[in-house]
Amino acid sequence: MDAHALHPATSTGIPNRKLAIWTFIGSECLFFASLISVYLVYRGKSLVGPYPAEIFEIPLVTVGTALLLFSSLFVVLALNGCEQGNRKKFLGWLAMTILCGIFFIGMQVYEFTHFYHEGLTMQKNLFGASFFTLTGFHGTHVTIGVIWLISIFIEGVRGHVPPAKALNFEMSALYWHFVDVVWIVIFPVVYLMNK
Amino acid sequence: MATSVLDHAGAVGIHAEKTGLWAWITTVDHKKIGILYGASAFIFFLIGGLEALIIRWQLMKPDNNFVTPEFYNQLFTMHGTTMIFLAVMPLSAMFFNFFIPLLIGARDVAFPRLNAFSFWVFLFGGLFLNSSFLFNAAPNGGWFGYANLSSKQYSPGLNMDFWAMGLQILGIASLAAGVNFFVTILNMRAPGMKLIRMPMFVWMSFITQLLVLLSFPVITVALILLMFDRLFGTNFFVPAGGGDTILWQHLFWVFGHPEVYILILPAFGIISEVLPVFSRKPLFGYTAMVFSGCFIAFLGFGVWSHHMFSTGMGPIADSVFSLATMLIAIPTGVKVFNWMGTTWGGSIQMKTPMYFALGFIAMFIMGGLSGVMHSSAPADLQQTDTYFVVAHFHYVLFGGSIFALVSGAYYWWPKMFGHMLDEGLGKVHFWLMLIGFNLTFFPMHIVGLEGMPRRVYTYPAGLGFESLNRLETIGSLILGFSFLVFIFNVIKSALSKVPAPADPWNGATLEWSIPSPPQEFNFPSIPTVHGRDPFWEEKRARGGKLPEPARVSGAGIHLPDPSYWPFLAAVGVLLLFIALMHHDSKFGPAYIFAAVSVLFFSIFNWVFEPFHEG
Repeated sequence: MDAHALHPATSTGIPNRKLAIWTFIGSECLFFASLISVYLVYRGKSLVGPYPAEIFEIPLVTVGTALLLFSSLFVVLALNGCEQGNRKKFLGWLAMTILCGIFFIGMQVYEFTHFYHEGLTMQKNLFGASFFTLTGFHGTHVTIGVIWLISIFIEGVRGHVPPAKALNFEMSALYWHFVDVVWIVIFPVVYLMNK
Repeated sequence: MATSVLDHAGAVGIHAEKTGLWAWITTVDHKKIGILYGASAFIFFLIGGLEALIIRWQLMKPDNNFVTPEFYNQLFTMHGTTMIFLAVMPLSAMFFNFFIPLLIGARDVAFPRLNAFSFWVFLFGGLFLNSSFLFNAAPNGGWFGYANLSSKQYSPGLNMDFWAMGLQILGIASLAAGVNFFVTILNMRAPGMKLIRMPMFVWMSFITQLLVLLSFPVITVALILLMFDRLFGTNFFVPAGGGDTILWQHLFWVFGHPEVYILILPAFGIISEVLPVFSRKPLFGYTAMVFSGCFIAFLGFGVWSHHMFSTGMGPIADSVFSLATMLIAIPTGVKVFNWMGTTWGGSIQMKTPMYFALGFIAMFIMGGLSGVMHSSAPADLQQTDTYFVVAHFHYVLFGGSIFALVSGAYYWWPKMFGHMLDEGLGKVHFWLMLIGFNLTFFPMHIVGLEGMPRRVYTYPAGLGFESLNRLETIGSLILGFSFLVFIFNVIKSALSKVPAPADPWNGATLEWSIPSPPQEFNFPSIPTVHGRDPFWEEKRARGGKLPEPARVSGAGIHLPDPSYWPFLAAVGVLLLFIALMHHDSKFGPAYIFAAVSVLFFSIFNWVFEPFHEG
């Protein structure tokens, strides 16, 4: 409760900003649910190739998925460090989280470029359109998450994120977990069920 | 909550009432933002009304050529879009902003700057949409933007780009406000204001925010896909590329049906405040009202396909959606009976807000009954795309939402502006509006069942539509005139400056315990609530009418500072969408980069602004 001592009492006991980020995440669920539904509706409906099974590189994406999954663990450790006032633990694990995020974005940029050279574009077929839209919006969320975490990292280095202000970091961590969870749905639905 | 001692000098100066343009641009006061919402939305309402009057003038006689078919398409599209997104929703937002904090005993919303951001994004979205008229490219594909009528092939101009992007901007405003009010209602309640003691308007607003939060992301996705089709040449809704036009209808109505409850639930809330006060009785069946509201919202997500019976979904889907739709009549019926139960045996005070509230019940029942008729798939197939549907949704949206919003305006006007509206003129407004409304929309049931199609710019003579259409046009002129009476009433009362007492109606809720208009900090000390009608209970406990509350110094009360970053962030959002319109010009990427920079710069300054949440 130390971390919340500076915040005014609320009716539920949950700080306003924490409730707000949860609310926002709830709303975002519907956003990704709609995009994933569109992908599924158009699964197997492409009139011309390239088709998913011909083009996916599962090993590469598996590595990216693993990085993103581990980053969720790292961000928990970083938040734990922040709440304990353990600067080294906080910034160290946060840096690891950010690196994982950047590698994931790098993986996606490589993948998109590769697909483009293989002839898959948004205009080519429904698979291209729905795939790039879904994973592109997910990638945009990851990018915003990385920018957010880097901002927290800079603030942390400047000593502006003491344990009492851990909520500032926790909000970005919750968002990061959400982005990760969405990928946990996308990976099997898009890549593994690729027939 | 907020009575902490100020930690810096010049504290008293902060609370001097601020005026002038800059004060309005930088305001984070929920009451000022509420007034901004109300004023902007009323202007958009008048624009939407004018569009409706032009439509009616065109249809006054057969084979008329007052407007061209192309302009007629723009008129009905913009009329629907304006009335839904720029009039009824923001007029509800006016009441959310001004009254939710007052009704739950709070000093402001949870996120005052986000609140300002919501308003500015809404205003810019509305101006963006309407600016299309300047380019002679107003949206022309209906407020539902059915694919592939809205695709590049059939709507090659900028018209539907304005529509898709304008709605996208408005969606951002609604979602930001949705998060804000959801958190405000859960977290900012005064001590003792348990959820099950909240005023019904707050309850219905709370459910509305849930609907906004869960349905707007779906239209966001639909609009993104449409924009990708139009801007980048994807084939989401292009049959030649394998796209499915019915998918658009599903996505649109998964949003669109909850949207109709977003429009009507705040109205239910207003009526549930007005009826008890003017019946001198607590709301009948409070708990049943809360749960029927929740039930309506829950079912509201399971009935979207009743807008799509004519697409041929098959007997199973048709049956399921028919049954689910009929089920909604049950919680709605519960509400209607509870409203009547509230007035039953009450000591009824026939003031203007009560006139509109009773008018609401009658008109809404009629709209509800024709709604139940649509729930039957075979009947709906006959009614789809006829004026019968137009009659139905005007009875629920005008007879329902607008009657309730006007009732709320007369009820809360003294609290918002500190002077009373004229009772006599208010009653003239009511009767003109009731008569004009029924003359306009009742005959539409008949011409609709006789087969007159909607969205068609004219009709031939000799089909028996002439006299009823002439009647409708006369009715619409009376309806329009009734709002001139309202405007006259507003001006007259502003000039007369007859000050309103704090509690002109013998109100039941907390907003009547403080001066009219409220001071910037709302409550000198945060009230403690002991029951469902806290102010009635206080008056009873203290032996009747209380002395007029004094305006007190706000020294020592900590309020959020004004900020211009929300305004600038909203400018960034607007610039981003203008830049997207020009994405394929020579400087397209540069425009987009500049807009994103403005947005990020504003958000970062907003986040790092030394700001006290109060």
